[in-house]
Amino acid sequence: MSTVLAKKPNALTDVPMHYCPGCGHGIVHRLIAETLEELNVADRAIGVAPVGCAVFADSYFACDCVQGAHGRGPAIATGIKRSKPQAIVFSYQGDGDLASIGMAEIVHAAVRNENITVIFINNAIYGMTGGQMAPTTLVGQVATTAPKGRDPKLQGWPINMCEMLAQITGSKFLARGAVDTPQNVLKTKQYLRKAFENQINNVGFSMVEVISQCPTNWHADVQQALEFVRTKMMPQYPLGIFKDKGAD
Amino acid sequence: MTEKALRKGNEALAEGAIRAGVRFFAGYPITPQNEVPEYMSAHIADEGGAFVQAESELAAINMVYGAAATGTRAMTSSSSPGISLKQEGITYLASADLPCLIVNVMRGGPGLGSIAGAQGDYFQATRGGGNGDYHVIVLAPNSVEELGNFPKLAFDLAEKYRMPAMILADGILGQMMESMSFNFDPVDPNKLGKFDWAVDIHKNGRAKNNVFSYKGDNLIADVVERAKRYGLVEQTEQRFEERNCEDADVILVAYGLSSRACLEAVNHAKEQGLKLGLFRPITLWPFPSKRLAELAQKTKAILVVEQSLGQLVQDVKLSVGDKVPVGLNAYPSGGQPDGAQILTAAKSLLTGKKEGLFSLKDHAAGFTYNCTRDLKLGVQGDRKGETK
Repeated sequence: MSTVLAKKPNALTDVPMHYCPGCGHGIVHRLIAETLEELNVADRAIGVAPVGCAVFADSYFACDCVQGAHGRGPAIATGIKRSKPQAIVFSYQGDGDLASIGMAEIVHAAVRNENITVIFINNAIYGMTGGQMAPTTLVGQVATTAPKGRDPKLQGWPINMCEMLAQITGSKFLARGAVDTPQNVLKTKQYLRKAFENQINNVGFSMVEVISQCPTNWHADVQQALEFVRTKMMPQYPLGIFKDKGAD
Repeated sequence: MTEKALRKGNEALAEGAIRAGVRFFAGYPITPQNEVPEYMSAHIADEGGAFVQAESELAAINMVYGAAATGTRAMTSSSSPGISLKQEGITYLASADLPCLIVNVMRGGPGLGSIAGAQGDYFQATRGGGNGDYHVIVLAPNSVEELGNFPKLAFDLAEKYRMPAMILADGILGQMMESMSFNFDPVDPNKLGKFDWAVDIHKNGRAKNNVFSYKGDNLIADVVERAKRYGLVEQTEQRFEERNCEDADVILVAYGLSSRACLEAVNHAKEQGLKLGLFRPITLWPFPSKRLAELAQKTKAILVVEQSLGQLVQDVKLSVGDKVPVGLNAYPSGGQPDGAQILTAAKSLLTGKKEGLFSLKDHAAGFTYNCTRDLKLGVQGDRKGETK
């Protein structure tokens, strides 16, 4: 007799993920899937996949999914949620997607207090396109379009989305987690649970930002990438809950 | 069916859309189509639908993408510069095979142009506008009655062929009032068939549905497969109206409001013993080329009348080839067609004169083309009272 100690959540498909070794996306996918199952809403979830590294996310989640244009996830999720209010709708986005080209869409989804859940993966780089500077790239961080490192005089400073969205009355839950240690993985899962519970309970717009490692485009091995998360990313992007407001 | 009632074009369109079963609308303010979102915001919720004033035209069309993915009859409306912004979403909708309705109540262009009614977006509507190989079905109403009844037709076609449909209306048509009635009973969306491709709450036993635009290695097969549907649309959905074309000396070709001005020319001509016919494309894509090619063999000349500077005329020339001379009487960027000028142009075409006929070649050579009737009305060069 063998005992199953861990298995793939049913809310994920069997499609092999394409993410690079050491990337944080796969961990977050699993956390979302586990959360949907534990909240017993996996069969009424609809996911929105972005343009970027997670462009294939629609094939990894077992629920129905929509993949749309770069940055427009919150708008697409709005159309889905308003048409199917009983669905649990989540938008999964990277930093270029959410904090650059999709800035208007995320801000106004929060302004309208759209009852959706947003998962925001912040790895401070454009991954899929090969390592260009992101809106969240750190000062001094080298990118293919910032070969000498991000210079605030030329390229401005990194943007902190949780802190910014916290100013908007319509945002209800904003938290930033990481997936560099088991402790932080579990903490991030708690944030995700709250963000989905808020939607189930009609509280409204909730977003979980996850600091994620990108060994490939940071040109680091996995250990170095985790080190970068702790020593460089976290000082700019502190972890924790930035807003937790109940229903109006 | 309804009793005749006096309605403003944009309001007839909005009411017609709700009657056609539209239950999701997203839009952004722009003149001259503001009555559409205003009407929707007041009425769609009564039918259980949702209205969102989006932060931009981009967001609005992507909201439509999300709503259409659920199988909901979803639409947006805008005017020319706003439709330019929506092109991203339109090509994504086409690539994801999503039926929906986009309404363009055209104004003068290019750029911010003017708020005067125009027909300058013919190329954008019929040639794509967004990136890649795709088409949308384009319907061109020429009355408030058609404006109110075309949303139903648009959705029936869009859903049949799984592609976006567009209503291309003139700014003036949206703003004017006419007596009209709806020629169909209100559609109950709950009684429409469910689509097997739509995303929804995931039922046990049903395979997972994905609506997606990125096709990767399957792109070629995907585009070629979709083209079969385009071919079917081109074969079976060419719509038009013709009047007195069988024995006409000159056939006028015009869509939308221009076709109404052509009727004035047809009547003037009759008084002078000249036989003018009118061929009005109702579908701009697919363009009704089959019938027009037949008619080209029965007439002496074709005169295209458009509120743009040489757009519709290209489809006419593609349809008729060298069978018959094709002239252009153009009223670009807010110019309004005039029956007397149309008649002058038609006579020029028969007599080899140039008056009333526009060509880039003659224009570059210094021939003065007169299309300035609207100057007297102060439409051009008068910035007072203009709004975005």
